[in-house]
Amino acid sequence: MSGTRTLAITPGRVTALKGLAMLLVAILALILPLIAPDPATTGMAVFTVMYVGLASAWNIMGGYTGYISLGHAAFFGFGAYSFGLMINHLNMAPGYLPFVLVPVAGLLTAALAVGIGWVALRTRAATFVIVTIAFMFMLQLLGENLVKLTGGGAGLALPYSHDWGGDFFNIPYYYAMLALAVLTIGVSWWIRRSKFGLGLLAIRDDEDKALAVGVPTRSFKLTAFVISAVLVGMIGAVYAYYVTYLYPQFAFDPLIGISMVLMAFLGGLGTVSGPVIGALLLEPAQMEFAYRFGASRLYLVFYAAVFLIVILLLPRGIVPSVADLVHSWRRRRQAGPTAGGSRNAPVSAGEEPPATAQQRLASP
Amino acid sequence: MTLVIEAAVLGVLTGGVYALMASGLTLIFGVMRIINVGHGALVVLGAYLSFALFRSLHMDPFLSLVVTMPVMFALGVVLQLVFIRPLKTDREALSVLVTYALALGIEGVLGYVFTTNFVELRAWYETASFEVFGFHITWVYVFGFALCLTILGALFLMLYRTSFGGAIRATMLNRTAAQLIGVDVDRVAAIAFGIGVATAAAGGVVFGITNAFNPGSHYDLISRLLTIIVLGGLGSLRGAVIAALIMLVSEDITQVLISPVWANFVFFVILVVILIVRPQGLYGVRVRDRI
Repeated sequence: MSGTRTLAITPGRVTALKGLAMLLVAILALILPLIAPDPATTGMAVFTVMYVGLASAWNIMGGYTGYISLGHAAFFGFGAYSFGLMINHLNMAPGYLPFVLVPVAGLLTAALAVGIGWVALRTRAATFVIVTIAFMFMLQLLGENLVKLTGGGAGLALPYSHDWGGDFFNIPYYYAMLALAVLTIGVSWWIRRSKFGLGLLAIRDDEDKALAVGVPTRSFKLTAFVISAVLVGMIGAVYAYYVTYLYPQFAFDPLIGISMVLMAFLGGLGTVSGPVIGALLLEPAQMEFAYRFGASRLYLVFYAAVFLIVILLLPRGIVPSVADLVHSWRRRRQAGPTAGGSRNAPVSAGEEPPATAQQRLASP
Repeated sequence: MTLVIEAAVLGVLTGGVYALMASGLTLIFGVMRIINVGHGALVVLGAYLSFALFRSLHMDPFLSLVVTMPVMFALGVVLQLVFIRPLKTDREALSVLVTYALALGIEGVLGYVFTTNFVELRAWYETASFEVFGFHITWVYVFGFALCLTILGALFLMLYRTSFGGAIRATMLNRTAAQLIGVDVDRVAAIAFGIGVATAAAGGVVFGITNAFNPGSHYDLISRLLTIIVLGGLGSLRGAVIAALIMLVSEDITQVLISPVWANFVFFVILVVILIVRPQGLYGVRVRDRI
């Protein structure tokens, strides 16, 4: 299989290229605060890395199982509020110590996700989408109405460290977000390779058939839902600590919920790298636009336009489309008559050589 | 007790408006199997169109429907042709995102043109009321209810008494089979979308008179409308009407008995209970792959 011609794109070389690109991105992400220490850049970096994590976490449910949740902002806001309430009630001094509350907020989010998932996953497809939206608004309403607990519309203030002044202020949050993003990508990658992930893909392709061949669909779906929610909740906790002030309509913002979906779609649904690429492209652009046109609400129009263009022109996302290009180029180079075969299988996963989840399940 | 009865009456009257808006939404779902998340934004757009006509020409909000409904119908057809029809694969999921994007776009444009300040449609019947058996009822609720009954009635007549309505129902039941017996399903889909959007305009007028609204009002609206159509069973017109009445009556009674801030919450409580007991909704049918 290993072509030795100088320009041939072999699987080995693609992997090496991918590895090199990943290494570059990782190094860049690690040293970014050193290259560009000004607060404007690092502030933008905090949110960009936050969305890398959010989109990747959403993808574990939405991309792998095909269950589109538009209500993941519920977990984001819940994680944020549970972190804020914990830090306030424990009278914790701001600094590095409160970061230990982030996993705790994740655990609380897990409990919520089990409850919501148990109800929402009784439904499929369109109804599931609606139910997740409804749950998000339900939590937003709780945030507004439980005034004694959350402060309601007046907001919830969190302590912040006065030691982290000036250029340094964003740095701890940046690395916290980065750590969570790396964790999320790692989890996503691990799931994609595991038998569990294979089961999730089978559910996406045909849930009833998956059940018939022995995939425990109910528990798999719930597990994926909870994992995805926990990661989103932990990111929400760091967000709360970063912005230091929580309002129900901003913590449970439908735009946050839809942004992670759009980023995953833009990059490529159900791939590991897709949501990362989508977030890296979209979030800086969106922030720039909101900054320039925020007052006139025109940034919403921009957002809508990007959204429509992505879905109508690139319904499968960047990564699968590029992967297709590479594959067809390679096939043309090899020019073998045997190269056709199952290439036309409508798999939207893209990063891997084709074979539907069912085929792969059949041959372990 | 009188307060509860008054709340129930008000619930039925406002329920009519929600029934109208939700029936457009569920009709669109039934015919095309897409969830129009932009429906709330289209309702708000309809309200703003009437608002603009009122501000520039002093046109009565109800009268302005003569203009806005055809305009919104045309808009609906265009939206369907440009944004919904090109979706070939994975339609259900993608359509949610596309219509969400439309909602954002409409919100952005409305915010740009009308700013985000709250406005209200004004007319004499907005505050004038009459008394029946000691209950005070504002005229606008009665007019709104009558309007919604008329339009809903027309919708049902069209669906059950005309051949085009037969084509719509056939498409809802089985798209492929409808195509086989010669129904132009693409045309049916475009027109049904237009009708759904036109009913949103009518709902928008009543909504705009009874509520202050701004471009962001569509989030609250769509979460209620979606809850209603899930409760009624996706694609069931009858279900949507009954669910709207149940929801609004229980909301208004909660408002009186418990507290206004928890009134909204009833929606979600009912939804969760229904999903546990009957995931397909009141009038929904449990079909493989659909629920």
